[in-house]
Amino acid sequence: MLSRVAESLYWVSRYIERAENVARIIEATYNFALDGAIEEAHEQWAPLILSSGIEGDFSKKYGDNFSKENVVHFLIFDEDNVSSIWSCMKSARFNARALRPVISPEMWEELNYIYHYLQQVRLTTPSEEELKLLFEKIIRFSHQFVGLTSRTILRDEGWRFIKMGRLLERADQTSRVLDVKYFILLPSVDYVNTPYDDIQWGSLLKSASAFEPYRRKHNSIEYDKIIDFLVLDKSFPRSIRFCVDHALEIVKEINKERPSEALRKTLELSKELENKTVHEIKFYGLHEYLDLIQQKLNDIGDAIYRDYFNLM
Amino acid sequence: MPIKNYNIDGFFDELLLSAGNPRPFSRSLVDEISAISHEELTNRQKAAEALLMQLGVTFTVYSDSRSTEKIMPFDIIPRIVPSNDWEYIEKGLKQRITALNMFVADIYGAKKIFKDKIVPEALIFDTEFYLPVLDGFRPPKDIWIHISGIDLIRDKDGSFYVLEDNLRCPSGISYVLENRNALKKTFPSIFHNLPIRPVSNYPGKLFDGLKYLADENNHEPNICVLTPGIFNSAYFEHSYLAQQMGVDLVEGRDLVVENKILYMKTTKGLKKVDVIYRRIDDEFLDPKYFNKNSLLGVPGIMDAYLAGNVALVNAPGVGVADDKAVYHYVPEIIKYYLGEEAILKNVPTYQCWKEDERKYVLDNIDKLVVKATNLSGGYGLIIGPKATKAELDEFKAKIKANPRNYIGQPVISLSTVPTITDEGLQARHVDLRPYIVYGKDIFILNGGLTRVALKKGSLVVNSSQGGGSKDTWVLSQ
Repeated sequence: MLSRVAESLYWVSRYIERAENVARIIEATYNFALDGAIEEAHEQWAPLILSSGIEGDFSKKYGDNFSKENVVHFLIFDEDNVSSIWSCMKSARFNARALRPVISPEMWEELNYIYHYLQQVRLTTPSEEELKLLFEKIIRFSHQFVGLTSRTILRDEGWRFIKMGRLLERADQTSRVLDVKYFILLPSVDYVNTPYDDIQWGSLLKSASAFEPYRRKHNSIEYDKIIDFLVLDKSFPRSIRFCVDHALEIVKEINKERPSEALRKTLELSKELENKTVHEIKFYGLHEYLDLIQQKLNDIGDAIYRDYFNLM
Repeated sequence: MPIKNYNIDGFFDELLLSAGNPRPFSRSLVDEISAISHEELTNRQKAAEALLMQLGVTFTVYSDSRSTEKIMPFDIIPRIVPSNDWEYIEKGLKQRITALNMFVADIYGAKKIFKDKIVPEALIFDTEFYLPVLDGFRPPKDIWIHISGIDLIRDKDGSFYVLEDNLRCPSGISYVLENRNALKKTFPSIFHNLPIRPVSNYPGKLFDGLKYLADENNHEPNICVLTPGIFNSAYFEHSYLAQQMGVDLVEGRDLVVENKILYMKTTKGLKKVDVIYRRIDDEFLDPKYFNKNSLLGVPGIMDAYLAGNVALVNAPGVGVADDKAVYHYVPEIIKYYLGEEAILKNVPTYQCWKEDERKYVLDNIDKLVVKATNLSGGYGLIIGPKATKAELDEFKAKIKANPRNYIGQPVISLSTVPTITDEGLQARHVDLRPYIVYGKDIFILNGGLTRVALKKGSLVVNSSQGGGSKDTWVLSQ
């Protein structure tokens, strides 16, 4: 497969997954606010910026004014934020245009539809209801796209790069969702094990689509169990470990013929997660550990670039 | 909406003999249109446009910082070509393209036509289209002009004329295919009633034509479509054709030449390329040979081509045969190589580099169309009867300054087709571009791009000048 095409497939999938996660996390924060949260706006909304590595771009525009309006606009529509929903969908569609010979018409049409929809909404001043609809549409689109992908295209190399992009992005996003909680908890350790804390953790789980699965597995909401569930669980499809293990399967399939750095690094991270306990993570520091995971995920991404996209 | 108040105005209308009086073959279409309200017709028009938008059949308009995407203007009322007209067109096109291919082979080969003084040598060798590097070269299967689109128009009496030979990357075929898809949804019942020939076999025929150029022993040749990239206005078409043929769509940066072999860069290393349908102009194809600043092309691709290691479609250098200055000689060219009279007529052409003809053009410029020979797409032309005195004077000065660059032609009053406008259905002028694939045989798609001048009274159908398109229904009986 053409390297450029493989790279574009990988990125289309990453961008769509990212947009979905941004939509999910803003939606969860909105819902949390509706549950009578008492914090200052700053404390609710700032972590969404601080945990995503985009605080520099944000502060250039808004300084430290983390108001709901500023944060929401920045995360949904801002073209200067490369991870805004709009930027992600624009990049996804831009890449997909170069992929029309490879992806199915159904995939293209869904992506094209959501792009034109966003293009229209962003020229208006959407109400909160309209924003809710937007989140719903983005999340639904992402699911549809994944479904269409699995039902309409060849299970060849391209399919594997699509999956690879999605899994790496998802692992990264889950680590960031968890990190948001770290930021929220930092100023208010007092809340731990209060009903309010339950709501907060519940909201966190919801933003990772993890609330119901978590309840099925663990019932009661506990700090340790949540970390275990989102980082180390083997069966929850958005846990970091699940994503990395599946990414490993994919790299093995892509890489039947020759040894690769991507394979080595993915294997390494998979082993790391396999042998980790929550206790060790807490001892290391959750925030620090998540940083480390993000770094390792980046390294895998870089290795993929060198191994498959830029071989010359 | 009944088609009354429809002013045919002395032109040849493709669907109607007179207002309310359809041609026999278009009766079921005209009846259906007449039976539905203007509102319903407009709704169907909007639905078709929305579909094209959804499919991404768009080109990008860069007006301000925010680029917007638009669909090529499209009108849902189709043009119908009855089978007897089509047979005649087919014969004429096959004859014309056969002769033009022989002409290009002769230019880069034996050069007999110059020795026999049918075409003046200078007309060819002095142009930028002639590529000296190809002198003596023979392309795979001796085919130069693989893909072409020859523009036809009809005069008041209904006779066909060739307006222009497009032998270098003619575009528009994707509109033909997508317009048809849109119309099947717009007028499904008419498709049951009329024997409309399908167009969906084009990508398959194109693929066969490309595969024919590869080595016979190579059962799975690597065939690609080469595009200048996503910012090209015809990008949709490039990706669409690659998709429909199931081949890779490559850009210059995906390709590399080593030891006169063309490769593409894949996730598993380099892979040899055998046939390239390139949608990049000669000038930008190879910075080693042509425009040194081209970033779109592939350095060394001409080395691979000249060594016979890759087939390029269309062959570089075919621009010598569709130069507007050569157009005038095509009937002679046909007679010279085939010993036949040209079936499709040329529009009479006055060549400004001949003194008496230049004088005629300058004296009668208000009655003529004058065109720059080196421009296309509706640029660099003036329509005398519609121009102001100042515009005409400006053009006269240009002709005098560079006579080699201009030709004059009488204004042919293009035929019309009913078209949806704010004032109901009105006659708008059209031309017709059929598509030809020259492979093992010469294939002519049973359809084509009908371009329509959407502005009232306008005779310029180019999309860059406010033109749109219509579906073209070729009937099988």
